[in-house]
Amino acid sequence: MEHIVIIGNGISGITAARHIRKLSNKKITVISAETDYFFSRTALMYVYMGHMTFEHTQPYENWFWKKNNINLKRGYVKTIETKSNTLHFENGNDVCYDKLIIATGSKPNKFGWPGQDLDGVMGLYHKQDLENLEKYAPNNRACKRAVIVGGGLIGIELAEMLNSRNIPVTFLVRESSFWNGILPEGESAMINRHIRNHNIDLRLSSNLKEIKADNNGKVMSVIVEETHEEIPCDVVGLTAGVSPNIDFLKGSDIETGRGVKVNRFLETNIPNVYAIGDCAEQHEPIGNRKSIEAVWYTGRMMGETVAQTICGNRMPYNPGHWFNSAKFIDIEYQTYGWVFAKPKKEEAHFHWKHEDDTKCITVCYNTKTNEFLGINTFGIRMRHEVFNRWLSEKRNVDYVIQHLAEANFDPELFYRFESQILKTYTNHQLQSI
Amino acid sequence: MSLAKPDANHLSSVQKIAVLLGMIGLFILVLALFNTPSSQKTLILTVSLSLITIGTIIFSRDAYLKKMKGIKNDSIWFKSISSRGVLGWLTGIVLTGFYIVLYFFPKYLGLGSNNNENTGLIALFDPLSYLLSGKPASQWFVYGTLYTVAILIFGYKFILKYRHNRYQQLRTISVMFFQLGFAFLIPEFMVRLNESPNYNLPYYDLKSIWPLNYYIFDSWSINGFLSSGTLGLSLLIFGILSIFAISPILTYKFGKRWYCSWVCGCGALAETAGDAFRQLSSKKLVAWKIERWLIHSVLVFSVIMTTAVIYTYLSSDPNKFWLTRKTFLLSVFGFLTVLFITVMVFKRKELGKDARYGAIGYFAIIVSLFLLHYTGTSDQVFFIKSSSLRSVYGLYIGSIFSGVIGTGFYPILGNRVWCRFGCPMAAILGFQQRMFSKFRITTNGGQCISCGNCSTYCEMGIDVRSYAQKGENIVRSSCVGCGICSAVCPRGVLKLENNTIKGRINQNDILLGNNVDLMNLVHD
Repeated sequence: MEHIVIIGNGISGITAARHIRKLSNKKITVISAETDYFFSRTALMYVYMGHMTFEHTQPYENWFWKKNNINLKRGYVKTIETKSNTLHFENGNDVCYDKLIIATGSKPNKFGWPGQDLDGVMGLYHKQDLENLEKYAPNNRACKRAVIVGGGLIGIELAEMLNSRNIPVTFLVRESSFWNGILPEGESAMINRHIRNHNIDLRLSSNLKEIKADNNGKVMSVIVEETHEEIPCDVVGLTAGVSPNIDFLKGSDIETGRGVKVNRFLETNIPNVYAIGDCAEQHEPIGNRKSIEAVWYTGRMMGETVAQTICGNRMPYNPGHWFNSAKFIDIEYQTYGWVFAKPKKEEAHFHWKHEDDTKCITVCYNTKTNEFLGINTFGIRMRHEVFNRWLSEKRNVDYVIQHLAEANFDPELFYRFESQILKTYTNHQLQSI
Repeated sequence: MSLAKPDANHLSSVQKIAVLLGMIGLFILVLALFNTPSSQKTLILTVSLSLITIGTIIFSRDAYLKKMKGIKNDSIWFKSISSRGVLGWLTGIVLTGFYIVLYFFPKYLGLGSNNNENTGLIALFDPLSYLLSGKPASQWFVYGTLYTVAILIFGYKFILKYRHNRYQQLRTISVMFFQLGFAFLIPEFMVRLNESPNYNLPYYDLKSIWPLNYYIFDSWSINGFLSSGTLGLSLLIFGILSIFAISPILTYKFGKRWYCSWVCGCGALAETAGDAFRQLSSKKLVAWKIERWLIHSVLVFSVIMTTAVIYTYLSSDPNKFWLTRKTFLLSVFGFLTVLFITVMVFKRKELGKDARYGAIGYFAIIVSLFLLHYTGTSDQVFFIKSSSLRSVYGLYIGSIFSGVIGTGFYPILGNRVWCRFGCPMAAILGFQQRMFSKFRITTNGGQCISCGNCSTYCEMGIDVRSYAQKGENIVRSSCVGCGICSAVCPRGVLKLENNTIKGRINQNDILLGNNVDLMNLVHD
């Protein structure tokens, strides 16, 4: 029986394992150095905040794996010998495979800041990071202030987490406005205000210069590059993005760039070795996508696809319309299609914001053809299926705005804003004539 | 996980004062157990209930209004009361003890026996009872008053907690209204009517439907209705219509939530005072298995018990009343057979294997009981006296299951123990919801991140995530439609909806995102 070995028990690796099991009787082994069982990484924040226990983050009960004949192995793969199809573990064990899927995910970025490896400096990605945070920031007596470096999705989650335990937070963001490399100006500005409304000390256009240690090698303060200000703190969160977790592949024959290089079939340069999820790097980016996509959904899709290929139905990774979502403290965010921070050539944005400053949408369309290209929505839930259809049907922007009610996914009895949006849109169109 | 429980969230000083006020109010009630206050009863009761109310109001305002609108679940699993800590267990023990005394030893609450006046706690409620019904209080009046107060004050707290969510707010206003009006005030006013010789109405909470209201067909109840003129007869007819017409129609349109989380008194307490415990329900597969067998066994028990009670009430002589014992039994038998065959013919595919076996098993039991009856003698239905069947049901299901365990165990097993494992009404509505209803929880394409907030906060122990992450709609008989899964979802994945029946299950069995129809490949 063919032995499929998957390194990594995150969403990509586990999705691949489940789908291979659905399609075949192959022997499956999933290896993880992090945890015994699959858990939802995106839910770690809720454990620290006391919304859930760690067990709640595990989507399958522990008996599930045995029942479905998926072997779980705890261990750290140190090297891969592709000539003999062998994995060498840190503890000296070996495992042989017939087909190998690398799904090792990401690790937090560190940019060589002085003091970046001190005690009390951490990212937020692995379960171990959570344990570390619990150690250094259990409450606001042990941690009088935390500084977060890097204004992305993980940064704001970490800020929300610390805030839930009444730990004062200073949030250093390199950009002039929160996440404005991705979000259009109006949305980004709204989130800035939302962050500050939660008493988080948001510092825009601020870079980290260095992290200073006390006599015990623990964080004492950070220095801000622009102002040279020293901010005393007990914890520093480094959340300046992530990069593929592939250091263990150095010295193997598997081709790597920033990630593991794969073709559209998620195949590496070595036959029978595949890479999926955050750690995979496409030779050529697909459409507007980045060549490395560190997103939950794309990891899941790659897992589904590679399972088909491994079970004899060779299939390219062919993601459909882009979508994503996040939550900025109390404001939910969803996106369908492409809305860039600044409209590209022959593109324009229509922006509507509710007066309560927690809801807004931005619609991107082509100025020549009026084709609807994408929507960002804050504080209003929208139907994935409807936008997916409209994008496929290449609906024009007028149609989308007029039919927005069809796409609404807010709970029943909520106030609706479609007519307000339509009114703003009509005025906007009149002005632009 | 080896993480120690953080002690981050202490009560603010305002909250401490609020707790103190509430505790003084409760303490006055406890003191009343040992004393019979004489002249100042009205004052003392007013002070006590006011302190409890004001304490809760101050606490809620301090806890929620000082923060921005949004989900307020911080530290739930660190707090002793809401994570089966010492406070949780203590509360559970006190509540359970209270229910045991209430149901089995009301004299310790001060219930006067042999026409003696009430003493202790019950006497404290006499003035209020006289005001409403003109009669002295009973242990049920005391319980009903405290129950209603709990729903009103914790309902207020819930509304503040979910002040960003109109569905939650309106639902809570609805249960508060039905509890105060239908369960508390109207029955008391009906007692007033009984002062006239033309009326002899039984206690009747209009919104409490058989089989939750298992005593509606007791002889004293039926006699009461029938001896109260047109009003009595109308009420009885309304009670029967509720079972066979009103509730199936509403469940078809809205799902069982129209009752369980918008109207029902048990649901009202669970959703308000019990809200802090919703995360304690077990989501394990084994709990679901136990749930299905237990709740349907209770339903079968209640059907047999009620049939026996009505059978005994009726006469065999067709000249006395058109509905004789024989016609009644035959019509029950006919109804159940038609129901069984209809389901097996039209909805068979929607039932799991074990559900089919269960249905066949239960049907076989009922059929054999009827056969036994026709071959045996008749005064004892099903070989057991209906009165003993009725008292066993009243004791074990009505008192112990729904009261002592159902509410007493809130802090241990979660706030819907009774609704999930025992309520026969929930079983019937759930059956209707599963078989023919427009209600479902829609999953939003591929947006689920499997975080597990929905499953954690489902009070009915449904593993919502297991559906959401597959992009599958949720049509479960146990879902009471409280809408909390949708509220706590950080990605906007879940929406409670009434929509066409066609395709409501597995409607979105394609995880959006991949441009290939993978699910078709999986199914091939």
